Amino acid sequence: MKAEKQYIDIFTLYEETICRHSAEVLNTPRAKAFADFERIGFPTRKDEKFKYTDIARLFEPNYGLNLNRLDIPVNPYEVFKCDVPNMSTAQHFIVNDAFYNKASSAPSNNLPEGVIVGSLKESAKEKPQLIKQFYSQLASTADNAITAINTMFAQDGLFIYVPDNTFIEKPIQIINILRSDVDLMANRRILIVMGENAKAQLLLCDHAMDNVNFLATQVSEIYVGRGATLHLYELEETHTSSVRLANCYVRQEENSHVLLNGITLHNGTTRNTTQVTLGGAHAELGFYGMAIADKNQHVDNNTFIDHAAPECTSNELFKYVLDEHATGAFAGLVLVRPGAQHTNSQQTNRNLCATREAHMYTQPQLEIYADDVKCSHGATVGQLDENALFYMRTRGISKKEARLLMMFAFVNEVIDHIRMDALKDRLHLLVEKRFRGELNKCQGCAICK
Amino acid sequence: MLEIKDLHANINGKEILKGINLTIHPGEVHAIMGPNGSGKSTLSAVLVGNPAYEVTHGSITFFGKDLLQLSPEDRSHEGIFLSFQYPVEIPGVSMVNFMRAAVNEHRKYKGQQPLSASEFLKLMREKRTIVELDNKLANRSVNEGFSGGEKKRNEIFQMAMLEPRLSILDETDSGLDIDALRIVAEGVNKLKTPETSTIVITHYQRLLDYIKPDIVHVLYKGRIVKTAGPELALELERKGYDWIKEELGE
Repeated sequence: MKAEKQYIDIFTLYEETICRHSAEVLNTPRAKAFADFERIGFPTRKDEKFKYTDIARLFEPNYGLNLNRLDIPVNPYEVFKCDVPNMSTAQHFIVNDAFYNKASSAPSNNLPEGVIVGSLKESAKEKPQLIKQFYSQLASTADNAITAINTMFAQDGLFIYVPDNTFIEKPIQIINILRSDVDLMANRRILIVMGENAKAQLLLCDHAMDNVNFLATQVSEIYVGRGATLHLYELEETHTSSVRLANCYVRQEENSHVLLNGITLHNGTTRNTTQVTLGGAHAELGFYGMAIADKNQHVDNNTFIDHAAPECTSNELFKYVLDEHATGAFAGLVLVRPGAQHTNSQQTNRNLCATREAHMYTQPQLEIYADDVKCSHGATVGQLDENALFYMRTRGISKKEARLLMMFAFVNEVIDHIRMDALKDRLHLLVEKRFRGELNKCQGCAICK
Repeated sequence: MLEIKDLHANINGKEILKGINLTIHPGEVHAIMGPNGSGKSTLSAVLVGNPAYEVTHGSITFFGKDLLQLSPEDRSHEGIFLSFQYPVEIPGVSMVNFMRAAVNEHRKYKGQQPLSASEFLKLMREKRTIVELDNKLANRSVNEGFSGGEKKRNEIFQMAMLEPRLSILDETDSGLDIDALRIVAEGVNKLKTPETSTIVITHYQRLLDYIKPDIVHVLYKGRIVKTAGPELALELERKGYDWIKEELGE
């Protein structure tokens, strides 16, 4: 219980401080989360779901926590200038775990009536009834230590609310910045509620500004109402001394459409756990992910798609390119529950290991309890095709360039699922830079600076 | 331009080429024929530097340069081109990106600036017509989903783009119908100049009706056992290889 002890001690000692700087709705589930955490502790690698990422070890170092909500001296609107060409987004910032709302320089967003994009803490104070319905409902603390820790310590974060029949045309961009002079742990919370037939596109970018060690936990709860559409892109571009532990819970109702696109472009250690419940008939999910890793970078995606209603569709594709000593893991479970007839589900995981030292672990899983369904899954781990490399070289293309073209082609399939053209173009460029080694660390913000 | 002297080459420790001697001058068309397994494709693979083959003895010089010291890409830059018997599919890499990378690396080697996007597309359009290659193919992944004929036409298209000094056509006629054969052969002829040379590897006279060789060689068991004028190809077409084997005392 070595790693757990410091968190148990901190919580016991500072519970009152944590609560004082947060909101009632966020404080309510803390006690249960704490009890759950004391009971389950951090998972070990003997735990099937955490076989490839040693969570306890990641929590062992002594990180600082900004429980007193001290002001972080940064004005992100000045530090970050977005130059994604032709992309017009409503841009917001989360610094560590706090929604940045000293918005004198923030753009006026002209959001449709009733839409909320703002601080979770403030929203929880202003609209406790609304937040209470959703907060800490999907994200169960009983069986996941990361969610438990996050629920214990989270004091703020992001709240997005799109009322029924409301369409937000402009993509919303949220830029998470990790900013600190000392090693820091940030516990960020995201709550997104899409009303019936609501529509929105959201881009979440993860950045680490300073060269200290960061541990960021992020728990997202996303409700997508009947007939609603949500496109959510998450782009991580942090540095090698960052740890990202992100748990995302999505619940889709009847006829809803969700596109999730998770891209790890540059990181340290990342574990993304995503759980999507297709809870109403004819719901559709497109779930795409890619990771480019080298050095000792580590990317672990654990996904669970729960077909709990009939006539739903899910398409899942994850691709990894691992170079040098990088480690990748993908575990994807698709569960088709009894009665979820006419489920159409496809899962694919393809991986390239460019060196002998790079490791990929892939674990596709399919559990089907209905008899009239169409499900497939496939996973491959391989190297670049030597014949293709030689063919290109006989045309005068250098070995290095040929490798690059092929790696680029490999991940393109994931980028092609992006529906925001400006982001797609920008990613083509970023991925090329990344493969050329020109994106060695987060330089402020490659996408925004 | 090309001089091969006593060339020996292995694959997986098995000797395939057992002392090849061949000299090619600018402007010449050489046909290399021979029964299956005689080493024809091995010779073409060794010329372009396929790492699967090991040269154990002998030399190849190309315009005075030691070819065996050059990487496959530099051999291409020096002007050697192989039209593959089995062109390789490269999923996800578009023909445009592939050709642009190739053309610009050639230009870089010659100390020229890369082509602008519009110059490059103009060049593609121009060269495409030589082998009547569909514009749609240019936007697809390299060779992916191409028919047999399209793959071979695509090889000649690449040859047109790169303007080699020595082209090696390795069974370019295999898998082609009569019309495609004519298009491919006419393409090769259009690209021919008095300075460029061609090695045509084939089993059949049919291709040589279009691409007229100056010299015909018979490769057998890793050696060139007979060299003569174009009439040799016609004789082989009529009589097969047994008489050559008999001449060799087999």
